[in-house]
Amino acid sequence: MQREVLLGDEAIGLGAIHAGLSGVYGYPGTPSTEIFEFVERRTKAAGDVHAFWSTNEKVAYEEALGMSWAGKRALVCMKHVGLNVAADAFMNSAVTGTNGGLVLAVADDPGMHSSQNEQDSRLFAQFALIPCLEPRDQQECYDMMLEAFDMSEDLALPVMVRLVTRLAHSRAAVVTRKPRPQNPLRPTREIRKWTLLPSNARVQYKHLTDKQPELLRRAEESAHNQLTLAGRRGVIACGIAHNYVLENLENGHDLSVLSLAHYPVPGGRIRQLVEHVDDLLVLEDGYPVVENMVRGLFGLSGVRVRGRMTGEVPRTGELNPDLVRAALELPAHATAHEPSPTLAGRPPALCKGCPHTDTFRALNEALAGFDNPQVFSDIGCYTLAALPPLEAVHSCVAMGASIGMASGAAHAGYRPAVAAIGDSTFAHGGITPLLSAVQQGVNLKVIVLDNGTVGMTGTQRSMSTGDTLDQIILGAGVVPDHLRVIEPTPANHDANVQILREELGWDGTSVIIARRTCLEAIKRKVS
Amino acid sequence: MQKNIILAGVGGQGILSIAYVIDNAALDAGFHFKQAEVHGMAQRGGAVQSHLRYGDGPIHSDLVPTGRADLIISVEPLEVMRYWHYLSPDGWVVTSITPYVNISDYPELDSLIEDLAAFGRVVLVDSNLLARAAGNLRAQNTVVVGAAAPLLDFPDGMLEKHVETLFAGKGQKTVDVNIRAFRLGRAAGLFFRGLVDGGLSVVDAVRLCRKIDPSTVDPAHAPAWAAAIRADRRLLEQTLAGESVVPCDRVAALA
Repeated sequence: MQREVLLGDEAIGLGAIHAGLSGVYGYPGTPSTEIFEFVERRTKAAGDVHAFWSTNEKVAYEEALGMSWAGKRALVCMKHVGLNVAADAFMNSAVTGTNGGLVLAVADDPGMHSSQNEQDSRLFAQFALIPCLEPRDQQECYDMMLEAFDMSEDLALPVMVRLVTRLAHSRAAVVTRKPRPQNPLRPTREIRKWTLLPSNARVQYKHLTDKQPELLRRAEESAHNQLTLAGRRGVIACGIAHNYVLENLENGHDLSVLSLAHYPVPGGRIRQLVEHVDDLLVLEDGYPVVENMVRGLFGLSGVRVRGRMTGEVPRTGELNPDLVRAALELPAHATAHEPSPTLAGRPPALCKGCPHTDTFRALNEALAGFDNPQVFSDIGCYTLAALPPLEAVHSCVAMGASIGMASGAAHAGYRPAVAAIGDSTFAHGGITPLLSAVQQGVNLKVIVLDNGTVGMTGTQRSMSTGDTLDQIILGAGVVPDHLRVIEPTPANHDANVQILREELGWDGTSVIIARRTCLEAIKRKVS
Repeated sequence: MQKNIILAGVGGQGILSIAYVIDNAALDAGFHFKQAEVHGMAQRGGAVQSHLRYGDGPIHSDLVPTGRADLIISVEPLEVMRYWHYLSPDGWVVTSITPYVNISDYPELDSLIEDLAAFGRVVLVDSNLLARAAGNLRAQNTVVVGAAAPLLDFPDGMLEKHVETLFAGKGQKTVDVNIRAFRLGRAAGLFFRGLVDGGLSVVDAVRLCRKIDPSTVDPAHAPAWAAAIRADRRLLEQTLAGESVVPCDRVAALA
């Protein structure tokens, strides 16, 4: 028996490797990044697993689907909002079905530690009509990957494994098993299944809906969905919420508990619980998915259903043992000290000497003469420029959205329309809106902050930096005279302000590349 | 037995290295453990914490419930106060008193030390001084693990072994520096507690500890220092007024 200390994310990665993985795909995004990184690190020496970051989550998903088409096992991993980007391929992969096992590991971020929203991916699994497993601990992260790959091949469907930040970034010892060999190359011969012309798609969609009773049967019989009937007060605890229930229960408690970790929602098990209790608390680290299903539009007669929708648990935010304790109506633990309400905050900030700081200082100065100058930003370290002291950017919505939104503002007559986007975010979602702007001749100024890496998530490889970036921009049709490259340093400040002012004064689509390597990336290369 | 620990500090101070050492010691000791940490945006110079729990039975929650922490281990004094509501009524604080100032409204250090003194169950070490003596200022996190070691449930060799494996990839010199930092931190923490248990105030104990040559600190001398200063307080002021650092065994000559 081997034991390893692993993050939840790493246990997902190791489970996939031991399930006979042939390819891992993804785009960096907290809290999912470490899944890919673990597989990459662990399989590097053997070189028998394809591990190369993709340009974005949609590309990653499609590459994984292609690996599955060829008969091999693929893992695609991303954060919850990344699944929005991949949604087109994801939704339709449920209709085509799979060949080799395809598992989507998606890490949700309740509480928005590092995200713009706290959308719950279990709804996406429901939407796509595929099974979803929700591990409660690191061991289950590992074990469920082995199970998910087998299930995917049994059902010929992609399987989602949903985890949350708290588990993704928590370590524990994991007992591992003997690795299974990889599948041989075995490309599909079912051409119609993979060609979703409407006539084929109708057939495939019918297959998908026909599989649903089998998906439900598996969830009803799943060892992961454990029901313990006791007293008339009941709890449904989904995923890691079950840990918080166990944390708070004393021996000899009288609660009836259903622990849920395998979806679709097993209605039969829930019915057993509902018929047994008259008070039912539903605990979920995410949206009130199960709570709303159980209550329905009109409520359950004879059973009080409580949870996020009724105020026993806050409607938003991450679950924790304290919130669950309060919802279970147990007295709070005594503490040694009150919280300190007036403590100085310590928000995240750009590193000392970061090139972004120099870029935004120059931009702030160049924009100073304009009325209400606002800068559309994107997602990366540079979004921290929204905070004091720089306060240089004024939006952050979705990967690549800076350029599209600045274009829309320009269409409306807003001047100057400025977008700020990192080199990797540009590859991810910035190329198509730039092409669109050039074609439309929009008066738009795009600042590409080219620090040569994906900084925020730990300096992963960027797909469009340096010469590649320049070529893409010119290829999109930006006039060479209005592709300007500056080096953001304190010494170049005045010259950089001057260049920015020149472009702000020109009516057309300009791109200004601020090029200087990320300090973290330099440090990591050195050490 | 169950031990719940909050590790605290600022992004970049090496909180996760402390976690690594304790996690692996817990694994060696055959304990169950879980250790939740913060990655991503908050790591950029922001407040960072990790919840570390181990024990001889299963650990359920990855997070320590409010009021259930036995120990806060912090590489920085202000960060203790962000978490001390987690402490159980008899919980302890082990912290460096070297401030990490990257915000404009950082409080006066003296007021932080007064707050810690008022709390009472504290082990305070000057990690800057000790890490410098060990040979590298970056070893402040290891100093703090050493200071916390007597409050953990492992033989010292077990923690040192994982300090060694943690830094093995960075060369023997880095390993040696960190082993030294661990031992200096451990001795300094015990010496500090010896002074306070011997009747000195926390504030006086901090002042004296800063004046003693870190490489000579020996907890065995703490009762004598405490007794001598309690007998004649001028001794403390005289010691502090001297220009150079004082060897720990000077107390024998003074008494």
